[in-house]
Amino acid sequence: MKIDLNVDVHHLTRVEGHGNILVKIRDGAVQQARWDVVETPRYFEVMLRGKHYSAAGILTARICGICSIGHCLASVRASEAALGVTVPDLAAKLRLLAKHGETLQSHVLHLFFLAAPDFLGLPSAIPLMEKNPAVFGIAGRLKGLGNRLCDAVAGRTTHPVSIQVGGMGARPNTATLSALRDQLQAALPDLAATAEVFSGFEIPDFVRETEFVSLKANGSYPWIGGDLVSTDGVDRPEHEYREMTNEYTTEGNTSKWCKLSRDAFAVGALARFNNNHAALHPAAQQAAADLGLAPVSHNPFHSNVAQLVECVHVAHESIALIEQLLDAPASDEIMADFQPRAGEGVSAVEVPRGILYHRYVYDDDGRITEADCVIPTTQNNANIHLDIGALAAQFATQGMTDDRLELLCSMLVRSYDPCISCSVH
Amino acid sequence: MRYLGIEPLRPKVGVFSFTCCEGCVLQLANKEETLGPFLQAIEVVNFREVTTDQGTDYDIALVEGSISRSDEVDSLRKIREQAKVLVALGTCAVFGGVNRQKDAFSIEEANKIVYGDHPKESWPIRAVHEVVQVDLAIPGCPINKAELERIVQHVALELPWQFPEYPVCVECKQRFTVCMFDKGQLCLGPLVRAGCDAPCPAGGLGCWGCRGPAADPNRAEFEALVKERGFSRADVEDRLSFFGGFEGTRP
Repeated sequence: MKIDLNVDVHHLTRVEGHGNILVKIRDGAVQQARWDVVETPRYFEVMLRGKHYSAAGILTARICGICSIGHCLASVRASEAALGVTVPDLAAKLRLLAKHGETLQSHVLHLFFLAAPDFLGLPSAIPLMEKNPAVFGIAGRLKGLGNRLCDAVAGRTTHPVSIQVGGMGARPNTATLSALRDQLQAALPDLAATAEVFSGFEIPDFVRETEFVSLKANGSYPWIGGDLVSTDGVDRPEHEYREMTNEYTTEGNTSKWCKLSRDAFAVGALARFNNNHAALHPAAQQAAADLGLAPVSHNPFHSNVAQLVECVHVAHESIALIEQLLDAPASDEIMADFQPRAGEGVSAVEVPRGILYHRYVYDDDGRITEADCVIPTTQNNANIHLDIGALAAQFATQGMTDDRLELLCSMLVRSYDPCISCSVH
Repeated sequence: MRYLGIEPLRPKVGVFSFTCCEGCVLQLANKEETLGPFLQAIEVVNFREVTTDQGTDYDIALVEGSISRSDEVDSLRKIREQAKVLVALGTCAVFGGVNRQKDAFSIEEANKIVYGDHPKESWPIRAVHEVVQVDLAIPGCPINKAELERIVQHVALELPWQFPEYPVCVECKQRFTVCMFDKGQLCLGPLVRAGCDAPCPAGGLGCWGCRGPAADPNRAEFEALVKERGFSRADVEDRLSFFGGFEGTRP
């Protein structure tokens, strides 16, 4: 029997933003396999022109509704690099704690609400409320904890207010921090139960050799700033990010695309894990081993597992960070003194979906003359596109149906946890 | 389940996103301690970001984002035809939001800066009410889930809803936040509609006005205060134009 298959997904569901999948298989051969981003453009790099440094972080937080803390942080760090500002140590610790909160809430949102329904044969996580209230409860508690961490440290989870050029605008009190530490301790069994749930999921057997790009560990698992590294052996300083991303535009897509040593590369939790697994907290390393995840994995569906491993890591690291914050004297500064000056600054931050770059050029008055933002999903788009082709070719076998192939393609894209409106910005 | 003898409605809700960051619809899944009861108070029949169900039998449409392309106009008109109640959700939908800032540049220039040789379609930003009739406008960047819950409670029990008319300053007083002007910072709080619970001043950031004007702000007093504390016209203008909520309100 001839193997003819068609997949035509217009606006994929359970992802952030608007993207389409198109696959056409005739007589067992892939004739067409596409991933296209059709989100409306917003032109943030244009809006940033003329902006005062105090407005840039507030504006660019609005690039993303899920990782706004990451955007705000990348933005203020780029401004600080340009203006020659060194933030106080206490502010740097608070920022990392806010980032951990964001990583937890974003990964949990993706794992339970966007990815898990496919493995459970459900349209969404909402039916879990009745079908499996225990699992729905775990999802709610973990996501709530991530959000509370963000609220307490950054002032708000979506579109933070305390992360400002020079440091932080507020410091959470010790009662709040102690309560969060206790809640993080109490969440560790929930994370173990999450691992139990996910270990029961059947991960599609698909591998396509990929170049993985992330920040490079320097003693600890990397989140904020540092050198850039790839599994193909590229190693560059932060400010040379454009040699790492090589953004280009295409006719049909509103997102740009990227490449490095090959036609595509991947960023995100799996890239971070593949490059830096040795720097993970021992409990996170154990979780990876228990879930059968070992570096270097070239199976994109393992991104879900890597996200879970990172949840364990950030929970443990947040507890340690809070201990340090509780020990910090009340007199410690959270905001640096500085004056605007002309200059250029680059910042790389590992946000939930991968490495994010902001670069600004400032004039003497502290206003931006040129801006560039390179988003994780922008970097993943070409890899998603090529993965779909390889997946379609591998699964174009006797007995495959349009519906089953559509589900596999959709699950593949979701495993990248794409943030599509972010990628267009 | 009856409440005070009243059988609550369980409205069928569709959730739709246009030009924005999708952060407002994300708030629907936040405030986890009451997420279960919230999801039981409504029936989600269409919500691209969280479910593969794509029902068209919704009574209430929650629409986030501003309108910037022809396909968005077509989709929005179809949603308006179906929905008995269309809600503009968040500052982008209500005022156009930060997206409006790109209109300070020509589309040719904007495309050249971002896309080089591959220009994209993008129209001047419109709020949802500039394209179709809006029945309820909920501002906020992002919206406040607690306020949304209160609105849903009113809808479910068929009670009239009223936004606060007073400015953000009232909520700073309620949570004992030191006035940003007393910390030497500019703040639009005296001009801006409350209901957000004033998270920005509490986090050390003066208000940027995402919820638009309060009912009857004391503009003259605000101008005098700004001048007295040494802030420039440009400082104030940077903020008033930031979210699009003060278009047409300048003195």
